[in-house]
Amino acid sequence: MGSRSSHAAVIPDVDTIRRETGFSQASLLRLHHRFRALDRDKKGYLSRMDLQQIGALAVNPLGDCIIDSFFPSRSQRLDFSGFVRVLAHFRPVEEESPGIRDPKQPEPLNSRMNKLRFAFQLYDLDGDGLISRQEMLQVLRLMVGVQVTEEQLESIADRTVQEADEDGDGAVSFLEFTKSLEKMNIEQKMSIRILK
Amino acid sequence: MPSRLFFDNLGAILTYAVVGTLWNAFTTGTALWGLQQAGFVAPRVQAGLLDFLLFGSLISAVDPVAVLAVFEEVHVNETLFIIVFGESLLNDAVTVVLYKVCNSFVEMGSANVQATDYLKGVASLFVVSLGGAAVGLVFAFLLALTTRFTKRVRIIEPLLVFLIAYAAYLTAEMASLSAILAVTMCGLGCKKYVEANISHKSRTAVKYTMKTLASCAETVIFMLLGISAVDSSKWAWDSGLVLGTLFFILFFRAIGVVLQTWMLNQFRLVPLDKIDQVVMSYGGLRGAVAFALVILLDRTKVPAKDYFVATTIVVVFFTVIVQGLTIKPLVKWLKVKRSEHHKPTLNQELHEHTFDHILAAVEDVVGHHGYHYWRDRWEQFDKKYLSQLLMRRSAYRIRDQIWDVYYRLNIRDAISFVDQGGHILSSAGLTLPSMPSRNSAAETSVTNLLRESGSGACLDLQVIDTVRSGRDREDAVMHHLLCGGLYKPRRRYKASCSRHFISEDAQERQDKEVFQQNMKRRLESFKSTKHNICFTKSKPRLRKTGRKKDGVANTEATNGKPPRDLGFQDTAAVILTMESEEEEESDSSETEKEDDEGIIFVARATSEVLQEGKVSGSLEVCPSPRIIPPSPTCAEKELPWKSGQGDLAVYVSSETTKIVPVDMQTGWNQSMSSLESLASPPCTQAPTLTCLPLHPLGAEEPQAPLHLPSDPRPSFAFPPSLAKAGRSHSESSADIPQQQELQPLMGHKDHTHLSPRTANSHWCIQFNRSGRL
Repeated sequence: MGSRSSHAAVIPDVDTIRRETGFSQASLLRLHHRFRALDRDKKGYLSRMDLQQIGALAVNPLGDCIIDSFFPSRSQRLDFSGFVRVLAHFRPVEEESPGIRDPKQPEPLNSRMNKLRFAFQLYDLDGDGLISRQEMLQVLRLMVGVQVTEEQLESIADRTVQEADEDGDGAVSFLEFTKSLEKMNIEQKMSIRILK
Repeated sequence: MPSRLFFDNLGAILTYAVVGTLWNAFTTGTALWGLQQAGFVAPRVQAGLLDFLLFGSLISAVDPVAVLAVFEEVHVNETLFIIVFGESLLNDAVTVVLYKVCNSFVEMGSANVQATDYLKGVASLFVVSLGGAAVGLVFAFLLALTTRFTKRVRIIEPLLVFLIAYAAYLTAEMASLSAILAVTMCGLGCKKYVEANISHKSRTAVKYTMKTLASCAETVIFMLLGISAVDSSKWAWDSGLVLGTLFFILFFRAIGVVLQTWMLNQFRLVPLDKIDQVVMSYGGLRGAVAFALVILLDRTKVPAKDYFVATTIVVVFFTVIVQGLTIKPLVKWLKVKRSEHHKPTLNQELHEHTFDHILAAVEDVVGHHGYHYWRDRWEQFDKKYLSQLLMRRSAYRIRDQIWDVYYRLNIRDAISFVDQGGHILSSAGLTLPSMPSRNSAAETSVTNLLRESGSGACLDLQVIDTVRSGRDREDAVMHHLLCGGLYKPRRRYKASCSRHFISEDAQERQDKEVFQQNMKRRLESFKSTKHNICFTKSKPRLRKTGRKKDGVANTEATNGKPPRDLGFQDTAAVILTMESEEEEESDSSETEKEDDEGIIFVARATSEVLQEGKVSGSLEVCPSPRIIPPSPTCAEKELPWKSGQGDLAVYVSSETTKIVPVDMQTGWNQSMSSLESLASPPCTQAPTLTCLPLHPLGAEEPQAPLHLPSDPRPSFAFPPSLAKAGRSHSESSADIPQQQELQPLMGHKDHTHLSPRTANSHWCIQFNRSGRL
């Protein structure tokens, strides 16, 4: 389109990103395209405002949480590699035989553990590694309909934490979180096919 | 049938159903013809290519009955099950079309078939399948809409479900469309709404009757099959044909499955592995449909009919008996992933929702309109339009999946707790509403309520409706147990709007709301504490703050009518007079909510009970100004036993009934004793005809007769229930218990005797006479 070319060379650090995230060339190009489309002011990075412009996110109960999760550790800028890194969590898991992968290499971003970790971070708002009852309550509040009272919400939050909490500290650690979801097909529930 | 799974895998199911069946039909037919050409089939079988194609089309259809019967035994994982089962359902359209097309070709004679006929055949495939689905959806809509209004005639709900579903079948048959597709779509389409609308008992009735009928039908079909097999005049044996058919159907099905799976795996998120494919190809059982189709062949047009019949019988027997029996060991041997029966946990439900939202959001960020986007859009549309139209208001308002799961878990816990001999009374240390103040075993109230459904003697239509109150009480009980802590005053609003709760407002309004919610969350929680304080302080203020509508209730609160601290009858009377002018239905709901408020403040237990039920009710009053619920529905969705009152309101058309209790609460506020007695009545509910706590009314009795004038005359102007209740109140307490039993509709005895009293303006006058006014 005009003088703009979506050539891979335009993407900075394309090789590092590819290695880290495992995206294919075509997917990276597409994401880069989208990144530039979202970056209205052509700043080269995304701010929260840019993401909030996406209309559909505004009516998503977890929209704000998602936006926050894109921005790591309170920084206000999101560059392309950060953008892609978060999206890499949603890549479908490839069926690979476990023996082949180099154990020394870090787990790919779209592994089950990392997907769960992403979800965990969404719940764990203060980042202390534990989902307290308050945090659970907050997320519940976002997602549950208006017709459920505060009372009931609190009971639900209590019960949820109770179910998952094994060591009785009243909060859900990452391991407990993983355990409570072991029956769920995370690979399917947290993958987007288009990001293959 | 799990509809979510069905739609998630719809692509695969459709592929197997359409492409797979076509492939099977053509390859089997051609192969058999080839076999005949090669001479393995005796020449006495006079069949040409078209005949064999016809035969191939009817023999290649996987039968849903057989599949269901076998797979239910085997318990493979859900994806596999839904794919095979879905395929067997949807291939009916293809089979029927193929069969008809081939049949008509055969009748016309192969020489006369032209190219346009093939095209017409293909077109008819679409017409038949889509038409059948459309018929099903129309009837689904009809059924959902009808069940919305069956509140007073609960007894015919199961009948409605059966009849309309069967009507869908018949209509499709009549129009030569795919009847199985019609019935499937009818069920899939209406399930959600009908489940929400019909009563619990009707649901059970439908479920078990359907299972019974299905079992009977299956048995009959296979008996017919067996009998026909013995009747040798109907068939003629040819070994080559039989053996060839057996071999080919297995062989070509396996190849077909492999090819299609390979193609599908390019697109699927979770690919189907080899073992799944083996099970899928081995699980392709033929059944009664094939047999019915072959019997229908016209012997004059298809001279080989008898041979076909024999072959079909053998094939059906073989697949059902041999394959059906051996599939279980095969599954075990291959270590197929089995379905896991895990207890549903709240965590999973909650996290599933979270993931759905996350995925939709990420799809939005990526800018891709994927499956989740469309699913979201569909859910939005459904919540906005369809659910409002098709679901009963009460069900619509309290519907929330996470809450449902929690609710059910609570009930389960309560039941298991009591079954283990726990004494609710002693353990919680609270005067639970379910417990009358005399000593009764914990089980009487709890388990009796649970088992009330067993007391089938009650044929009263209204009683059936109040089942929920028992559960609500359990819920209240469990709430106490689980929370284990102090009762917190209820806050009147909800902090946030979920995306899916869309009232009659425009989308923009809600968008703005969500936006604001996101920003203002902290502020609101702050406000909530302030609200609570307000509540605890004074009721009138409560009324004021609560009311967003310009209801009469407000006026009554602020009007300087005789203060509520007077005897409740007076206030009731006052309100009554006031209210009788009101035709504003919302008032009743308001007052009822206020009623809730009052009850909440009065006693923990009671308020708990009432509060639990009146979820939506109070919420309706929450700060979101736009919500103006029509009162009967509010009344309904409040405590189940109050739904009786909702009906009352409808009869009487003056919501005074609701108001009374509120005032009563204020009365209670003053005196602990009346508080106690009044606390118990709320728990009594209609269904507990068996054990109604007699005392609650008894306790009130001293107060009531004091204030009430003795004549119950006006009550007769009322519907009998009201009248009786009224009468009961004015009469001696001896009558009360009896009245209670007679008034299943008036679940809350308390309200029972109050509401009829107050419901009538005549009453009001009499109350006035008592002088406090």
